[in-house]
Amino acid sequence: MADRSRPGLRRAAALIAFSVLSAFCAFAARADQVRVAVASNFAAPMQRIAEAFARDSGHHALLSFGATGKFVAQIANGAPFDVFLSADQESALRLERESLAVANSRFTYAVGTLVLWSATPGTVDAAGEVLKTGDFKHLAIANAKTAPYGSAAVEVLKTLGLFDRLAPRLVHGENIAQTQQFVATGNAELGFVALAQVLRDGKIGSGSAWIVPAGLHAPLRQDAVLLARGRGNPAATALLDYLKSDAARALIRAHGYAL
Amino acid sequence: MSAADLQAIWLTVKLASLVTLILLVIATPLAWWLARTRSWLKSPVVALVALPIVLPPTVLGFYLLVALGPNGPLGRLTQDLGWGLLSFTFAGLVAGSVLYSLPFVVQPLQNAFEAIPERVLETAATLRASPIDTFFSVVVPLARPAYLTALVLGFAHTVGEFGVVLMIGGNIPRETRVVSIAIYDHVEAMDYASAHGLSALMLIFSFAVLLVLYTVNPTGKKAK
Repeated sequence: MADRSRPGLRRAAALIAFSVLSAFCAFAARADQVRVAVASNFAAPMQRIAEAFARDSGHHALLSFGATGKFVAQIANGAPFDVFLSADQESALRLERESLAVANSRFTYAVGTLVLWSATPGTVDAAGEVLKTGDFKHLAIANAKTAPYGSAAVEVLKTLGLFDRLAPRLVHGENIAQTQQFVATGNAELGFVALAQVLRDGKIGSGSAWIVPAGLHAPLRQDAVLLARGRGNPAATALLDYLKSDAARALIRAHGYAL
Repeated sequence: MSAADLQAIWLTVKLASLVTLILLVIATPLAWWLARTRSWLKSPVVALVALPIVLPPTVLGFYLLVALGPNGPLGRLTQDLGWGLLSFTFAGLVAGSVLYSLPFVVQPLQNAFEAIPERVLETAATLRASPIDTFFSVVVPLARPAYLTALVLGFAHTVGEFGVVLMIGGNIPRETRVVSIAIYDHVEAMDYASAHGLSALMLIFSFAVLLVLYTVNPTGKKAK
C-alpha cells in the first residue's frame, strides 16, 4: 500500500511546494511596491495619502513610522526602505551626503507646526502662559537628540527663557508618537506634540492647546528623499511625484501643515 | 565613560538591588504557598505569576502606562494615598520591575520548596519545631541553591529590562535613564563608541554573574 500511494503523495507535496514558492516569487517580483520610512508626526496624513495613492496609481506603499533619528541610523545600516519622509531637512541632507539617497530627489513636503497640548480641557490657555505659571509635574517632549519636534520644543523653551526652570520637569518620549501617548494617557499633564497629531476635522480634537507661533523656533521644514535602494523603483518615484500633487498637498494642509 | 553613563549604571544597580530584595521578601511566602497548596487557585496563580515571562515587555509596559495614569486604577489609588503618580519615577520603575521579574524569583524557589519531602517537615514538627522555626532551620538551608539562583536571576533580569522602562520611564537622567535605555539612546544618536562601551560592560557583567552562579551552584553530577 505504501509503495503505491507514495508517488501520488510526492507529487502532491511537490505541487504544494511549487505553488507556495511561486506565490512568494510573485511577491518578490512585484515592482509596484514602495517601502516608506515616515516620521511619526506625519503618520495620520501619510496613511490617507497612501490610500489615495493606491487608488490612483495601483502601487502599494508599505509604511513604517518612527523617529527620524532612528530611521537615519537604520538606513545607514542597510534598512530596506525606498523612500524617506523625514521630520527635518538635516537628516535627508545627511543621507544625500553619504550617498544613501539619490541626488536631486530631495524636496520639502510639509512644514510642521508645534503645539503645546494637554488631554484635559482648560489646562493649556491659548497663549501658552501655563508654561510660566505652570502648576504641572511633567512636561513631555520628544527626545531632542533624535526627534526634530523635540529639539524645536527645546528651542521654544530656550527662546522663552524657561528652559532652565522647566528642565527638571521634562519627560522624553522616544519619538513624537510616544510623547503624545504620555500626554494622552494623562501621565504628563501637557507636552509639545505635532499639530497633526491632535487635529480632528480642522480643530483640536480634545483637550486644550496652544499653537506655538512659528517665530519661536526654526521652521520645521520636513524633507522627503528617494533612497539609494529605491532608485529604479517606479512605485517610489511615483509616490514622490504624488506627494507634490495638488490632491496630496490639500490633504497635507488639512492635517495642520503649511506648504 | 561619560558622567551620564556612570549615572545610568549606578541607577541600574540601585534598581536591580532594590527590586531583588523586594522580590525575595514577596516571593518566599508566595512560592511556599504554591509549593504546598492543593487549592484550585494554584493553577491560575501559577499561570499569572508566569505571565511576565511570556508577555512582551511592551505589553506590560503599555498596560502599566495606562494603569498608572490619572485615569487608571493604580494611578487613582496612588493619588488618593497622596503619592501622586508613579509614572516617570524611580518608584514606578521598581513597581514595574517587581512585576516583570517576579516569575524569575518565584519559580526557582517554588521548585526547591516542592522538592522538600513532606517527611522532613513532619520530622521537624515531631521535634517540636514551630512552622516558622521549621521554615528557617530546615527549609531555607535546603533551598539555599535555589535562593542563590533566584537572587541572581532576579537581579540580572532587572538589569536587562528595556521594554517596560521604555514605556513608563520617560528617559529622565538620574531618575529613570537606566543602562538599557542609555545604550538605545546612543545607538539612535549614532554615538556608536558610547554604545559599544556600555554594551561591552553589560556583556562582561552578565557573563561574570552567570559564571559565579554556575561555579557556586554547579548543575549536574557535582550538585548535591
